[in-house]
Amino acid sequence: MNKQYKFVLLFFFLLFLQVFILNNILFLGYINPYLYIIFVFYFPLKDNRFPFLFYSFLLGFFIDFFLDTGGIHAFSILFIAYLRLFFIKIYFRKIEADYSFFNLNDEPFGKVFNYIVTLTVIHHFIYFSFANFSFQNLSNVLTNTFFSSIFTLILYFLGTKIFSKTE
Amino acid sequence: MQQLIHFFQKFKYFLFFLFLEIIALAFTFNNLSFHKSKFVNSANTITGGLYSQATNISDYFDLKSKNKILAEENNRLKNLLEKSNSIIYNIDSTVVDTVKLNQKYTYTSAKIIKNSYASQFNILTINRGKNQGIQKEMAVINSKGIIGITDVVNARFSTIQSILNRNSKINARLKNSNYFGSLGWDGKNYNIVQLSDLPRQAPLKIGDTIETGGMSTIFPEGILIGIISEINSENSADNKVNITLFNDMSNLNYVNIIKNLEKIEIQSLEN
Repeated sequence: MNKQYKFVLLFFFLLFLQVFILNNILFLGYINPYLYIIFVFYFPLKDNRFPFLFYSFLLGFFIDFFLDTGGIHAFSILFIAYLRLFFIKIYFRKIEADYSFFNLNDEPFGKVFNYIVTLTVIHHFIYFSFANFSFQNLSNVLTNTFFSSIFTLILYFLGTKIFSKTE
Repeated sequence: MQQLIHFFQKFKYFLFFLFLEIIALAFTFNNLSFHKSKFVNSANTITGGLYSQATNISDYFDLKSKNKILAEENNRLKNLLEKSNSIIYNIDSTVVDTVKLNQKYTYTSAKIIKNSYASQFNILTINRGKNQGIQKEMAVINSKGIIGITDVVNARFSTIQSILNRNSKINARLKNSNYFGSLGWDGKNYNIVQLSDLPRQAPLKIGDTIETGGMSTIFPEGILIGIISEINSENSADNKVNITLFNDMSNLNYVNIIKNLEKIEIQSLEN
């Protein structure tokens, strides 16, 4: 299948997965995974970053439409989409010539783990801070970030283990 | 000029990022403040349509419990009907058959197609809109008590600002006396809301029933809300008490929307 179509499919798959399934889990009454951010991890690195930033924003924005959250998801996913390159430089020590060959599956697990955890926690922290929208209940924001991040990460790593093609 | 172009070249991604972030922030702030025109919401045709498809499927899983709730409500209403009939026939035997004479409220039934109770600013979506006569700021209740107020109304779907929303303020009173306060939510537990600004001399007891007061044009008088579960004994300015809701806000399905037929008259009088 053409790679572009694959990402259009991934886009809508993640959107509907998040809105209709993952958002109704509410484990212990408040813990939800926010798995749609793997769009940011999987989108290929390219020289021209405008499409990537725009599609990430659009995915967050569509989720906002469904969940009545204004622009919070769009804000937080765009934030990690922008920071992605910075963390790739730090963790994987890539230069611009390597970008087109970069693939998460070929990298050592330790580095991938650090990279994914950093971006996930940043995203969740921004999301919950805005969803709370006051300086009261700050402990709520931190516990929500902590538990939801764990939930998202477990789902992500289990998913990649199960669906990875390398046997 | 050369330098300006160079600047844009160098920071083009950052500027684009900043531009999109500002758009997102604008929508966020717009959404959080009550009484503003909203663009991003789940009451439009696409999201509303998809949500109603999804509830069509998931509805089958709790048919049993919904039937039970309906039967209970029917039972309660039949009892009420019996009482009111006896009063009418005792006092006056003429039957007035004029549509909506002396009628203050009309009810429309609707189904919640998107529920939300875990966030701080909960917004629900229902499958009724302008086409069915829904307007902004109408009361939404079910058989057990209040649920919220309609907010954004589109042709076929509308959103409800739940009472579990930190922006909500609803007039409420004690059932056994006429002391009233305002009902809000602190965002912590979805079963517990707070009643504040009660007068100090109001007699409060744990277990007292709270119902809506007749002070607003939105909610009719006497719709059940919950019971007092905790009284704040220390002296605070707002004299807050915790109310445990009768409704289980995590499990909602069919609701009634109440239209106040005298609303325009009352508002024109007050302004």
